Amino acid sequence: MKRSLALAMLLALSLAPSARAADEADYKAAYAAAEAASKEAAGLRNQWTVTVSALAAAKKAADGGDFDRAVAAAKEAEALAQASLFQAKTEKEAWKAMEIR
Amino acid sequence: MKQRATILLGSAFVALAALAFAATRVVAADKVDPVADAKAFQNFFFQKFPDVKHEDFVNGPYSMNEDMKRQWQEKEEFPPYEFALDAGKEMFSTPFKNGKTYADCFPNGGIGIRQNYPYFDTKEGKVITLELALSRCREANGEAPYSYVKDEMASLTAYMAYTSRGKPMDIKIPDDPRALAAFENGKRYFYTRRGQMNFSCASCHVQSPGERIRAETLAPALGILNAMPIYRSEWSGMGTTSRRFVTCNSQTRAVPLEPQSDEYRDVEYFLSYVANGLPISGPGARP
Repeated sequence: MKRSLALAMLLALSLAPSARAADEADYKAAYAAAEAASKEAAGLRNQWTVTVSALAAAKKAADGGDFDRAVAAAKEAEALAQASLFQAKTEKEAWKAMEIR
Repeated sequence: MKQRATILLGSAFVALAALAFAATRVVAADKVDPVADAKAFQNFFFQKFPDVKHEDFVNGPYSMNEDMKRQWQEKEEFPPYEFALDAGKEMFSTPFKNGKTYADCFPNGGIGIRQNYPYFDTKEGKVITLELALSRCREANGEAPYSYVKDEMASLTAYMAYTSRGKPMDIKIPDDPRALAAFENGKRYFYTRRGQMNFSCASCHVQSPGERIRAETLAPALGILNAMPIYRSEWSGMGTTSRRFVTCNSQTRAVPLEPQSDEYRDVEYFLSYVANGLPISGPGARP
């Protein structure tokens, strides 16, 4: 019984998400993904101000050594950039629905 | 057997006719027709606001609200754009270092021509706005260009608009596929949603004129550029058409384009063309 409990705990621990603090490599990966999506949106002339702000916040946090915050801001920037890309792509045709005819 | 062949032939003919009809409709829907667009655009506003005199649409929010209109009419006795107007007149008549003036760059010496801008330059294949023409005039005469969003440009365009007050907007679209493409591009820009707020120009100025957005009463899109440039109390100063576009984009949380980018020039072309026949009322004053 004791043995199986120990095994169950070990299994639970191994499956639990790691709660380690983010490091510079995590930040760099998250920032690169966000920056790529942001550049694509800018290329479509559909950049959002909030994406730019989130990217700047990520960089500022990383410069201050707070990689947890930097990764969170970079992920937010990527989500915003992806939303602006979705908007740009759907609006290619969707704008016609608003037209006065 | 003969009857069956007749039925088959008849069905094929009907199918072909339907296809041809559908194809015509698709082509018709995609055809750029500025005259029809302008008519539909104006009718939309005339029908939505049957009590507003047609020439009043150029007065923006004041055409939508009687109280605001009365306040504005009183303010017009000592209009807040007067300083810009005086400055613009002086700038306009002051010679450049080479002795020439702005008048040398424009037809009719630049007086009473605001209603013809923007125009499509068939040599360049692009839309030329008044702000762009003024900037090019300075550069051609060895002067540094002014910022498109600051006071000097607003003063110059204020003076030029003033000399055209009351003249009907008269924008031409030459028989040139590039001009039609510019008009269509401007239309697309006007109706396209952008920014985190997911707003298009039309979201405010077609769907909601007369409604409030926070403390502001939204102006109708019809004739919105006839009043440019404007003194805005919110800005505590004058604003050019470029400044208006940049600010609108920022307010929807979209990164604004460069002033006088192709898109902004095209949307100015579109909005001015659909306001043809309505009087120039610039410079204007807005809350």
